[in-house]
Amino acid sequence: MAKRVAIVGSGQTDHAGNRRDVTGCELINEAVRRALEDAQLKLSDIDGVVIGNMDHFEGINGAELWSIEGSGGIGKPTIKLTTGGTTGSTLAIGGTHLVASGFFDRLLVIGWEKNSESDTTGAITTAFDPIWDRLVFAGAISGLAVEASAYMHRYGVTEKDAARAAVRDRRHAVNNPHAHLRKEISVDDVLRSPMFSDPLKALDICPRTDGACAVIYASEDVAEKICPQPAWILATANRHLYSMVSDVDFSSLKSLELASREAYRKAGVREPLKEIGVMELYTPYSFANLSWIEALGLAKPGEGAKLIWDGVTDMGGELPMNPSGGVIATNPIGATGLIRAAECSLQIMGRAGARQVPDVKRALSTGFGGCFWSDVLIYGTEKPA
Amino acid sequence: MELKSRPRRRDFITISSGESFSPFHYSVGRFGSQFLTELRDHKRFMGMRCAGCGRVYVPPRPVCGPCFKKMDDWVEVGPNGTLIAFTILRFAFIDPETGQKKPVPYGYGFIRLDGADTQLQHFLPVGAKPPKIGMKVRPVFEEIRHGNLRDIRHFEEIA
Ligand SMILES: [Zn+2]
Repeated sequence: MAKRVAIVGSGQTDHAGNRRDVTGCELINEAVRRALEDAQLKLSDIDGVVIGNMDHFEGINGAELWSIEGSGGIGKPTIKLTTGGTTGSTLAIGGTHLVASGFFDRLLVIGWEKNSESDTTGAITTAFDPIWDRLVFAGAISGLAVEASAYMHRYGVTEKDAARAAVRDRRHAVNNPHAHLRKEISVDDVLRSPMFSDPLKALDICPRTDGACAVIYASEDVAEKICPQPAWILATANRHLYSMVSDVDFSSLKSLELASREAYRKAGVREPLKEIGVMELYTPYSFANLSWIEALGLAKPGEGAKLIWDGVTDMGGELPMNPSGGVIATNPIGATGLIRAAECSLQIMGRAGARQVPDVKRALSTGFGGCFWSDVLIYGTEKPA
Repeated sequence: MELKSRPRRRDFITISSGESFSPFHYSVGRFGSQFLTELRDHKRFMGMRCAGCGRVYVPPRPVCGPCFKKMDDWVEVGPNGTLIAFTILRFAFIDPETGQKKPVPYGYGFIRLDGADTQLQHFLPVGAKPPKIGMKVRPVFEEIRHGNLRDIRHFEEIA
């Protein structure tokens, strides 16, 4: 029987476009120290370390070895998990599995990236099939632009609809002291920003960020001793459907449809819009905030924009999304999915400060990456049965 | 001990890796090689049908991922197809294979060749008339072909 697992603390760095004041190893340490302090634990309390990034962004292969002084992994089992864009959410899910296994009681899980150290798009391109996918590909931006083109064509969704979603995330980021971009923008700002890859403009897409996030997972045997309100993990699910981008079915984000339905079933969620209090979504570009919430079953196909325009997903709305400002405001890629988990845990604990959504009982986070892969986690205030 | 200099934010030092170049040599495999050879020598597109789910894959490969079945049923597809999705790159990003920026603007799309269930990604000409999803397209081949995807110059609209 698997142990029940909770998040009991977390730490994030001061995320920024360029943290030249620290090496990657030092950046990791900043997050780890903050997480330990947050959970009131010492490094000696920790019985294992899981760390992840995308090596090709820094060009340091074996970053788990090179960073061990910063991660605190000396003398402990240290495991690396990396799955491209989903690295952070894979860390969140992998951490759950490892603690559920009974082998670890207090596990330190770290995601990080120093995107300033290389050309992000060039590096992302190397994650894709060299024979069939790379000829035309220009990283995540072009891949997502293609998805947006199909979505707009199918439902008549506009660039203005997407801009409203970017405006929401950037507005929320103002409340988050850790966010990279903390300046509000308007729909017009988005529409007038330079076109990168039709229909995506500069302000439709996430930045590249230097940052790290550390999260402490605990088993049911110790969680409540560490934290008065642990963020219990109610469900994890993922779907990896394709190897090649050319195989992707653009009619919807199938991987998220399938993973979210599995997660809802495991967590006993029937009406996600009503039963989940807040979502931290790995939505790296504006259109994802429309079409992927349809994949999550929150709106009918083509009707995601209505939820956005009606303010349902704003702070104060029925289901606030990305109170942290989301990925459009902060994107240290290997940490991005784990930041979503950390932010959900803060919401469950009632410790999210200016970005707190009142009275959150359940939260949901996602991860996106790989070849249109999706991860989903659901968190709750109550220890699962 | 007191330090004699104190670098400020803009003074923090970075070290560059230099003009590193480390070529890789990727195996295309038996099925991929067959596809590219047919394309080079006969301007034909060959797909692979799964006996389990009936799906026709382009590019061909020996295993259907969802069925996890071995495949060995070649079918001819295309050469014409339908544009499923596309973009036009306006901003020049670095191409890690050359270290250079790809010249912009350039268009590319997902083309479902007639008879196939997956897409081939390839260039679209950027002209006065923008590409349209659903439009029928045909390949334009290079005169001299080498057995890679560049043997096709691009796909153009069938007027
Ligand atoms: Zn099959």
